[in-house]
Amino acid sequence: MKDICKSFPGVKALDGVGFKLRKGEIHALMGENGAGKSTLIKVITGVYEKDAGLITLQGEPIHFKAPEEAQNKGIGTVYQEIMLCPNLTVAENMFIGRSHNPVVNWKQMNEKAAKLLDSLGIPASPTQELSSCSLAVQQMIAIARAVDMDCKILILDEPTSSLDEDEVHKLFVLMRELKERGVGIIFITHFLEQVYEISDMITVLRNGKLVGEYETASLSQFELISKMLGNELEDISKLKKYEPIVSDSITPVFEARGLSSAAGVRPFNFTIQKGEVNGFAGLLGSGRSESARAIFAADKVTGGEVSMKGKRVKIKTPLHAIKQGIGYLPEDRKDDGIIADLSVRDNIILTLQVLKGFFKPFSLKQAQVFAEEYIKKLNIKTPTPNTPIKSLSGGNQQKVILARWLLTHPEYLILDEPTRGIDVGTKVEIQKLVINLAASGMSLTFISSEIDEMLRTCSRLIVMKDREIVAELKGTELTENDVMNVIAQGGKTRCVN
Amino acid sequence: MILLIIINLIKGADYFSISLVNGALYGNIPNILFGASELVILSIGMTLVTAASRGQDISIGESATITSAVFVMFVLQASEVTLFTIVIASLLSCVVGLALGAFNGTLVSVFKVQPMVASLILFTGGRSIAFMIDGKLSPILANDISNQIGTVIPGVPIQTPIILTVVFIVLVAVLFKTTTLKLYVEAVGINPNAARLNGINPKKIIFLTFLIMGVCSAVAGFIAVNKAGRHDSVNLLKLIMMDAILAVAIGGNSLGGGKFSITGSIIGAYTIEMLNRTLLRLEIEPAMIKVFKAIFIIILMVVASPVVRVFAKKTLDRVRNWRSPSSQSAKLTTTNIPTRKEQ
Repeated sequence: MKDICKSFPGVKALDGVGFKLRKGEIHALMGENGAGKSTLIKVITGVYEKDAGLITLQGEPIHFKAPEEAQNKGIGTVYQEIMLCPNLTVAENMFIGRSHNPVVNWKQMNEKAAKLLDSLGIPASPTQELSSCSLAVQQMIAIARAVDMDCKILILDEPTSSLDEDEVHKLFVLMRELKERGVGIIFITHFLEQVYEISDMITVLRNGKLVGEYETASLSQFELISKMLGNELEDISKLKKYEPIVSDSITPVFEARGLSSAAGVRPFNFTIQKGEVNGFAGLLGSGRSESARAIFAADKVTGGEVSMKGKRVKIKTPLHAIKQGIGYLPEDRKDDGIIADLSVRDNIILTLQVLKGFFKPFSLKQAQVFAEEYIKKLNIKTPTPNTPIKSLSGGNQQKVILARWLLTHPEYLILDEPTRGIDVGTKVEIQKLVINLAASGMSLTFISSEIDEMLRTCSRLIVMKDREIVAELKGTELTENDVMNVIAQGGKTRCVN
Repeated sequence: MILLIIINLIKGADYFSISLVNGALYGNIPNILFGASELVILSIGMTLVTAASRGQDISIGESATITSAVFVMFVLQASEVTLFTIVIASLLSCVVGLALGAFNGTLVSVFKVQPMVASLILFTGGRSIAFMIDGKLSPILANDISNQIGTVIPGVPIQTPIILTVVFIVLVAVLFKTTTLKLYVEAVGINPNAARLNGINPKKIIFLTFLIMGVCSAVAGFIAVNKAGRHDSVNLLKLIMMDAILAVAIGGNSLGGGKFSITGSIIGAYTIEMLNRTLLRLEIEPAMIKVFKAIFIIILMVVASPVVRVFAKKTLDRVRNWRSPSSQSAKLTTTNIPTRKEQ
């Protein structure tokens, strides 16, 4: 591709971007929020039409008008937001839209699916409904589908954001195998270690422009980050976490006893003090999100009692929790967080409006003031506050949801994977924000798959395994090794009951 | 949407003539406003139901028939029909409307039945219930006040149904100004999960929209029965839900729920009435009227569809570019997205 231009009204998403992918090369595409990575991919695959420039495939110029054309030419894509059908089975999802034969041989399809799943080590059965698989498994199925279609170019857009280490390893094995076969892979990710582990070349985009193409081996991490961020780099190690005064004599901000929920959370106890940041560590499926949701009553609470500042309160619905000053940033921002067609402004004021009441709507002016305040505070990139939130990049959408909760000035804010699918710069911003909020007196729960993020910000870490709390670490115990050990041991030494 | 009205307006000559007959405004425009009164009110309710529950209520004609049957029953059993009687009767019919709305609303919000399926019950049985209330007759409503409600109050140049409709629209506007209804309904329609996690109760909102629909049905039934002068449980507002759904769609609203525009639906309702009357005016054979209506609607929908709108916008942009290519790059860089440097 040479000199690709793509513009959106008011925002030039891609400006003179060039990109080269060679046969059998794993090429990482990196850049900040809204740098243009997703847009570039969508231009390559025919989802968007370029405004200017030239794309060639194996020397021949191509001009796709629909994703189907790209697919037929051997370009397979696996998107960050898994584009599969949750109501169909695994096998159906793998083969849908590929055969032009209206008659389906179900047995053959299921057998083929089973073989493919097996060969890739994916823990799913061809006949189970896709929605019953975890997000991670769904992602692997999406990859399996693309792989099976014999593509010449495979594009992976944030494939690893919800995979654990084992699963990432399996994915990399697969990618190397495809590399041997001569498939060119474009790999978009925010995980720097993964980029260094697997890719041959790196292309960096910034603000819609091409910064450069580099050999992975000859570019240091520091250089890479500075190319992505542009100017002065935030030194992550400069972040100093806030250590609150914690003692048993101080009434905790929030306390739960024997809290259980319909989502399979077994009765657990939990306390958090003012200014404390606590993390939940554990593998996927360990119950971290579910526990956080139980606190917020996002899932049906089946037992236990909670108190705020020492007083027993009833929290059976999210509204109760919000009224008590608890906030919850959901893990899945697409399904649980953003109201897609509503404007950035409406998304920001929503919860505060609910607190204010049905009969006291905010005037447009008031809402605008709030929106602009937080667009500025959190550096949200949007053409106007009136733009529908669905046109923003993932990281900016996340910032809007964050703004929504901060606007309500909660006493206790739960952040479930706030940095998932977000670029380096914003990740640092969010961690800094968490520390600052704690210092100003807010209590926070910070759940992240990246343990170093939690270690940087949390003064206390609760480790979970198989939906149970197995340990609590604080102070000097908070090192990566210790956490890993506890996660590993927690399973082995647990009694079978 | 306004384009649609203009297309229709081109249809006939001397279209705008309004004259005074017997002290009341008469002419094409007032006729359309008069005739569409019930449809406008019902379309408002349908817009809310569609937006929140992502489905349609197909029992609105039948609900209106039941509520107006109650109205007539009350009026006829009074020894003397005064304004007070009418007011009480209409309030009673609104209460019945609320009850019917609550019935549909409960099925949809609590039992999670699809709106069209839930309202199928009243659609099927509603008119029979009304017939029962009528005492298995077609009662005649022939008192002075009803006459005036159905046509015109002496001394007032605008027909009463038009006035009633306008008052209703104003009340709805006030409702939107003083509550967060629009925001909540849109949020629930777009993403009920996210709405719930933000403290909104989707069940309550959906239920509320059905209650409002019930009131709309009652008001529409009130106007219809007073216009007609008798209560015909078989034919009153028959199949009006089709036109109401159409009005919502023409108004630019998605039948799959979410963001909505009441103004759009109102314009849609008047457009449909205009279409109906235009076809009559063109003296098309009665048998062919439905065919022409269908063709017109297809044209309207295609012109208003997203595909055509995008195409039209692209063409307009191209024309603008051809005229002044330099202004384009200026336009694109005007919206400044703050870069890190500017902080």
